[in-house]
Amino acid sequence: MRLLFGSCFTLLIAAALGLGATWFTLTRGVAFGALTVGAWTAWPKSGSADIDPYARAMIARTGELPTGMGDGIAFYAHTDNLGNVFDGRCTFSISGMTPAARYWTVTLYTPEGRLVANTIDRHGFTSEEIVRDSDGRFTITVAPLARPGNWLPTGGIEQFVLVWRLYDSAIGVASRTAKEGPMPAIDRRGC
Amino acid sequence: MIRGLLWILAAILLGGIVHLSTVLAMPQAAKQDAYSRLTPLTPVNAMISLAAPTSGAELMPFVDPAFAAAVCRYDLTGGPLKLVAPVSQAYTSVTFYTRNSVAYYAINDRAAGRRTIELDLMTAAQHAQVPEDEEVTAADRLIIESPTSMGLIVVRALAPEPGLMPMARQALAAATCRIQLAQ
Repeated sequence: MRLLFGSCFTLLIAAALGLGATWFTLTRGVAFGALTVGAWTAWPKSGSADIDPYARAMIARTGELPTGMGDGIAFYAHTDNLGNVFDGRCTFSISGMTPAARYWTVTLYTPEGRLVANTIDRHGFTSEEIVRDSDGRFTITVAPLARPGNWLPTGGIEQFVLVWRLYDSAIGVASRTAKEGPMPAIDRRGC
Repeated sequence: MIRGLLWILAAILLGGIVHLSTVLAMPQAAKQDAYSRLTPLTPVNAMISLAAPTSGAELMPFVDPAFAAAVCRYDLTGGPLKLVAPVSQAYTSVTFYTRNSVAYYAINDRAAGRRTIELDLMTAAQHAQVPEDEEVTAADRLIIESPTSMGLIVVRALAPEPGLMPMARQALAAATCRIQLAQ
């Protein structure tokens, strides 16, 4: 009787523990080989045959097609440089320099990776269309209401994600040190 | 007391096995992966342009809206595949995915170094059958080995600004992928 009870208890705990850990890692996005620069994190190996089992399981679940390593690298940001989570009702500014790449794009998504509807049909910027000042720097204002300059609308959603993609860049291919960069800085301007 | 600890230890070990096996089984079990989503929209071994992603009608999550994309859903059981993609004005890339969305190879227009990107895709077994002299005479022929017989080829062309999207789409419209029949 005690044996039966013990084994039932063990199996129950094992199933809960195992499935719970799987659910946790796949929804939180656990992957190895992260490359973090400021608020931005990329997983260069997720775009190659060396992808780890966690990232494989995650892309199979979400239906995503990762950016290939010979194509470019995608940096994800969920917070600003101080760790404030992106809230679509607040104003954030992105400014500074970008690593060397032939082209880059920045796109705003919901946490599930969907585009956000807005009146000017803008979901991001490319390196070619961004308005720069005389010394080549740029500032992107991420805000729910229209702003002068490079305005990236949030649609007022509760939480958003920014993805910075560098195309035809040596970042993540040549070396994997955290000294890469510089990536643009993100600051919260107000709520 | 010791007996109780042993049960808990067994539970943790077993839980670890459950965790690892579910993570490893996920790619095979997933019903909504990219290949499954594209299957109803794409014919086998033919290139087809994808509709631009719009809010609420995205095919897949985290698609870069600055790019026009075309997909070739391939099945190599009938023979090797030939991919031809003209290079657009700005930036063009070709990425190869396995059936389970692993990006095993990607190349961009500059790495390809020509006006058109031309690639031969085959399985390891088909590659082994290619006569050696043929490989030498066609030294500039780029052969990619697919780890699986099925998968996806995605050709992407950048529209540096929204007004250039029609040009990017036009470049992709000329991209082809077809099975090469044995000579």
